[in-house]
Amino acid sequence: MEEVKEQTSHMPRIGEPAPAFEAITTHGVLKLEDFKGSWLILFSHPADFTPVCTTEFMAFAEIYPKLQKRGVELLGLSVDSVSSHIAWVRNVEEKTGVKIPFPIIADLSKQVSLAYGMIHPGESKTETVRCVFIIDPNQKIRTILYYPLTTGRNMDEILRIIDALQTTDKNAVATPANWRPGDKVVVPAPNTQEMAEERLKQGYECVDWYLCKKKL
Amino acid sequence: MACINPDGKPTASGTKVLRALQAGLKSPEEVAQDTGLPLFRVRSGFRELAQAGLVVEKAGKYEITDKGTALVQ
Repeated sequence: MEEVKEQTSHMPRIGEPAPAFEAITTHGVLKLEDFKGSWLILFSHPADFTPVCTTEFMAFAEIYPKLQKRGVELLGLSVDSVSSHIAWVRNVEEKTGVKIPFPIIADLSKQVSLAYGMIHPGESKTETVRCVFIIDPNQKIRTILYYPLTTGRNMDEILRIIDALQTTDKNAVATPANWRPGDKVVVPAPNTQEMAEERLKQGYECVDWYLCKKKL
Repeated sequence: MACINPDGKPTASGTKVLRALQAGLKSPEEVAQDTGLPLFRVRSGFRELAQAGLVVEKAGKYEITDKGTALVQ
C-alpha cells in the first residue's frame, strides 16, 4: 500500500509549471529546459514492442511535420531502456518504412513517470498509461490527457488542441465544442454588469450576454 | 552521448555544431538555424561538448575551443 501511495504521489495540473527533469533519451541526455521557447508534447506509452503503442508511434510520426510547422516538439516516454527504444524504432522502420524522428525518454528509474503522474496502479503497477502533456513555450502545462492501456490516442484531437491553444493565446478568445480552425471563436464572457450590458451592442453573434461568438 | 562518440570524437550532429562555431561565437538559436538541428538538440549538444572541453560558454553564446577545432579539421 505504501508503494502504491508513493507511485501516485504527484499529479501535475493544468496551469502549473511542468515538472523539471533530466532524462536519458534516444537523442542523448535531455532536460525539460532544452525545450523552452517551443511548444512540447510529452507523451507516454506503456511498452516498446507492443501493438497499440506501435500504431501510436507511427501516427505521431505521421503528424510530426504538421507539429513542426506549428512550432511543436514531440518527446515520448516509457519505462523501457534506451536499447529497447533503439531496437524498437529500428524495427518499426524496417517493418513499416516509418521513421520515428523524435526522442524517447528511457525512464528506467520512473523519475519522470512519477513526477508526471504517469503510473496508474489500477491499470498497471509498472508501466505508464497513455498520457499526453501539452506544455507551452514558457513550460507551463496547458492540457493533460490520460488514456487507458487498451485505447490508442487520436492524432486529429491532439492537433486540434494545439491549434485551439495557439489560437486562444494569439487572439485572447476561447474555442467552443468541436471547434476547428476557421470556425467562429468564443468571445470571453463579460465579468462586470457594465460589460454585460455593452456586450449585446458590440456586433457579435450572441445567444445571450454570456455566449457570443465571432469570426477571427 | 548524442554529440560525442565513446572514443571522444564528435558524432555527425556534434561535428555540424562544431563546424557552425568555426565562424565565431554563436547562440544556440543561431546554431540551430545554421545547422537545421532542432533547438533542443543544440542546447543539449552544447552541454555535452562543453563537458568534453570542445566548446566553451561565454555569456549565453558558445565558442569552439582549440581541442574542438582540432577534431573537426
